[in-house]
Amino acid sequence: MPCATTTSGSSAVTLFLNYTLDGIANGMIYATLALALVLIYRATRIINFAQGAAGMLTTFIAFSLLSRGWGYWWAFIVVLAIGFALGAVTERLLIRPLHGKSELNPVIVTIGLLVVFEGLAGAIYGNASRGFPAAFSQRGLRVGHTAIAFSHFDVFILIAVLVLMAGTLVLFRFTALGLRMRATAFSREIARLLGVRVGPLLTLGWGLAGIAGSLAGLLVAPTSAFGPYYMDLILVYGFTAAVIGGLESPVGALVGGLISGLCISYVGGYLGSGLEPLGALALLMVALMARPEGIFARPPARRV
Amino acid sequence: MLEVRDLSVSFGAVRALRSVSFDAEPGAVTAVLGANGAGKTTLLRTISGLVKPFGGSVSFDGDALVGRNVESIARMGVAHVPEGRGVIEELTVEENLRLATLWCFKRAERQGAIDEILEVFPRLRGFRRRHASTLSGGERQMLVLGRALISKPRLLLLDEPSLGLAPIITAQLMALLREQTEGKDITVVLVEQNARSALSVSQHAVILNLGRVVVSDEAATVAADDALRHHYLGF
Repeated sequence: MPCATTTSGSSAVTLFLNYTLDGIANGMIYATLALALVLIYRATRIINFAQGAAGMLTTFIAFSLLSRGWGYWWAFIVVLAIGFALGAVTERLLIRPLHGKSELNPVIVTIGLLVVFEGLAGAIYGNASRGFPAAFSQRGLRVGHTAIAFSHFDVFILIAVLVLMAGTLVLFRFTALGLRMRATAFSREIARLLGVRVGPLLTLGWGLAGIAGSLAGLLVAPTSAFGPYYMDLILVYGFTAAVIGGLESPVGALVGGLISGLCISYVGGYLGSGLEPLGALALLMVALMARPEGIFARPPARRV
Repeated sequence: MLEVRDLSVSFGAVRALRSVSFDAEPGAVTAVLGANGAGKTTLLRTISGLVKPFGGSVSFDGDALVGRNVESIARMGVAHVPEGRGVIEELTVEENLRLATLWCFKRAERQGAIDEILEVFPRLRGFRRRHASTLSGGERQMLVLGRALISKPRLLLLDEPSLGLAPIITAQLMALLREQTEGKDITVVLVEQNARSALSVSQHAVILNLGRVVVSDEAATVAADDALRHHYLGF
């Protein structure tokens, strides 16, 4: 019996570790989409509901390129560039003209874009789900004799997202361009009075968010039912991650993504995958009740 | 020289400025005084491009400002310190200062410019890595004044720098302002409700009432006119 107890305990630990690893890999993807939402929210105070759909559309472009015999990495790079261009064009042509008008207008535009992007993908590629190749093997790695729920592709996800996050951090913390972008995000009027040309910076912010959204699309596609709507739920999870992190903090996006990924993985693993969206909703509710401003939001200024 | 001619601004049905005209000379401080709602802040915001007028002109050293965007006006050497201590709270003291150096200094010269301005405001030196949100009202005002001066402006627009500050801090700030602008070729337009304090550092005074210029004269003359001071400035 002691032996049986040990085996059962060991498998429970393995299961927990696997759910944890799965949560980390998924959490990194949610963090990527959360970062995209944060980059846009902090610059323009808009939740971009089309962010997931834009990532879906660019991933379909990657699918087309791969179908035409392109190498994975060429398609990867080109699609990130297209993601940048799509974000930048959206800001310049659809969002900028709405500046100074009702705050609801740009939100409605992003919802409209969500519908347009999904409709466009459905019209061109059909609504059926299909497979999408992964950059690396999705077979679980082995630790000793035990296979774990963490593949070479998950390692790639981890590295790709950490590189994106590190790049964002370096840009914002250590470059003049990043300082301009932060100033524009926090106080557009003061930034302008200090000679900062804010228009190109807003376009750049949307472009960078477009890269993050496209990366999320490429990373999710191999592990999901790839079709016009496969990013909808990821957007919800990414939004949950962004809210937990504080909606304005790239670091918060990473931490929020990991918290969301782990919670959703535990709910899916222990209670059933059908309950994952409810788990995300419960997490969002708890986060909003416990710390509405998010973990990494700056406390209100002290007035002296 | 700053030349404002027949400047008119409205917000919907409300006329904020009505044919405002005055000159501000280089090397001098021009105080713009008046009660709440007189149009003082709107005047500065129009000069710096934040508000578009529906009539009139503003020119600085012969270059028209109306029609240019805010960033271009700033890059012409116009530094506007807005009402309410316009620090960017989420940035550190040094980042606030560095931001003002980006368009006017080469990369290698920026740190020197920051160090130089921190010599003028030694109180801020120990706070350079602190977020601006943690500063007191007086320290914030020093930071915005330092941030404005760091770019070596040709035209300095100051909106209520003494608002909410203790009299001793206000006196220190005014002394600093005088020290930093005296004998230099800077044109200063100082909007103040604290007329007594503003007149003490100004050479010229413009009094606004309900969006119109009612007095434009030497600061000493305005300060010496009891009836004028009592009627428009309340002291």
